[in-house]
Amino acid sequence: MPTETQEYTRPLPKMRGFAGEFYAYCKKHELRFQRCTGCQTWRHVPRDMCATCGSFDWEWAQSSGKGKLFSWTTAMQPMLPQFADLIPYSPVIIEMEEGVRMLSWLTDVAPDELKLDLAVEVVFDDVTPEVTLPKFKRAD
Amino acid sequence: MYALKDQACIVGVGETAYTRGSGKTDLALMLEASVNAITDAGLSLHDIDGIIPPPLAATSEHFAANLGIQDLRYAVTVHMGGASPITSLQSATMAVACGVAKNVLVPLGWNGYSTMRVRDMGGKKNANGGSGGAPGALANTIGEYYLPYGANVPVQWYAWLATRHKELYGTPDEAMGTIAVTSRKHAQLNDKAYMQGRPLSMEDYLNARWVSKPFRLFDCCLETDGAAAVVVTSPERARDLKHDPVYISGIAEGHPYPADDIPARPDPFKIGLSFATPKALRMAEVDLKDLDFAEIYDCFTYVVLLQLEAIGFCKRGEVGDFAQGNRFELDGELPLNTHGGLHSEAHVWGMNHIVEAAHQLRHEAGKRQVKDAQLGLVTGWGDFGDGSLAIMRR
Repeated sequence: MPTETQEYTRPLPKMRGFAGEFYAYCKKHELRFQRCTGCQTWRHVPRDMCATCGSFDWEWAQSSGKGKLFSWTTAMQPMLPQFADLIPYSPVIIEMEEGVRMLSWLTDVAPDELKLDLAVEVVFDDVTPEVTLPKFKRAD
Repeated sequence: MYALKDQACIVGVGETAYTRGSGKTDLALMLEASVNAITDAGLSLHDIDGIIPPPLAATSEHFAANLGIQDLRYAVTVHMGGASPITSLQSATMAVACGVAKNVLVPLGWNGYSTMRVRDMGGKKNANGGSGGAPGALANTIGEYYLPYGANVPVQWYAWLATRHKELYGTPDEAMGTIAVTSRKHAQLNDKAYMQGRPLSMEDYLNARWVSKPFRLFDCCLETDGAAAVVVTSPERARDLKHDPVYISGIAEGHPYPADDIPARPDPFKIGLSFATPKALRMAEVDLKDLDFAEIYDCFTYVVLLQLEAIGFCKRGEVGDFAQGNRFELDGELPLNTHGGLHSEAHVWGMNHIVEAAHQLRHEAGKRQVKDAQLGLVTGWGDFGDGSLAIMRR
């Protein structure tokens, strides 16, 4: 992905509710997911209660930041003008070591080099003074 | 145990023309299709006492006010995107079977080309984090977690499923192409089809531009304006009406888990239809091999392949082989999307699939009639993989 040199114009998360908490940790360069303090089940996207045991008690537990490529698409036609300059770009699904999966981008893998189970680790992109997006690079 | 089997039937079907540039409102389109369906049934407008409109611009009450329904006894709306029409049919079946309403109207229509183009979802006015036209249940997931990474439309979301399927099972592009080419072929026999007169070869399919890999242009369905509607009533009342009834023998809905986030699913290929199919087949007391045709919701070619596996027509990972040959043609083993589907007739959330199944079972499908069709299957797919399934018989 090219370095952003001008004002960041792409859509940002609204950071309402749990999403606000998730991205607040990202801003501190910490990737955290909800983990049930009753049965220790990790979850993402964030929710009010544990779908495994029904507990309302949970914590923002730190992820190892390591994961592997679960799937992807490569956008060849802009569906939003704010991403037109990036075509082709690949929204990817990362499966984290903790078992949860999240949507992201890879910073150092070209679309034709994407392959199942590629090992990746999190990096943090401070796209604006307020918002940091977690992204991933090849793990060594 | 299966109290709904054959307890309700489709007695009227109606459509508008399928165009790009209707010049009418969504509601006006739906009212036109509704009047056509009610007239087709041989009912009068005021006989309708239940209305199940889609989660779009108009409510049941708008319909009732226009149609002159003074005693509207049943009014609900299903929020399952393109799976809504068949789930609405299920709701209509329940309402009729237990006597809440006598004659239920299920309309669906929109200006899918003129005012609701998918590429505008999350467009400029939502530039800072909106989730555009995404339905309510999905808006939070899309807006907070997908949109910042430029994944705002279905062609991208479903491509995640297709990519993984191709990587795991080697599903060839030609399997997806077969769906596009067959739909287009069938559309040539359908005067209502938007793509009539414009045939498509496998070579055309493979040479078309990419939209979001692994989807090319003709992996994506049409964007059209138009509406379709059906009227559901009881078998007893159907005896006095114009057409032979089309019985709803088995019907069910299903939701993937979790429904509001694709990446989180333990098994990404377990979709709503995976849950719905066994229930509908048991209710109808039929096997897949008994079916004479299938109208499978075809927003994208791969979504058809995924549904064929989820229904159980073939094993997981084997749809690439299953799609070979002429199986899906009108004289094949499983005639598929006989009207051209969302790909080549029109995109009205699959309500046109239900209408087509009724035409086939009434033996009035003309040049595209499946010979002696007795039993058909129709599916719906919506949002992030909600599913619904109807088994219909003459």
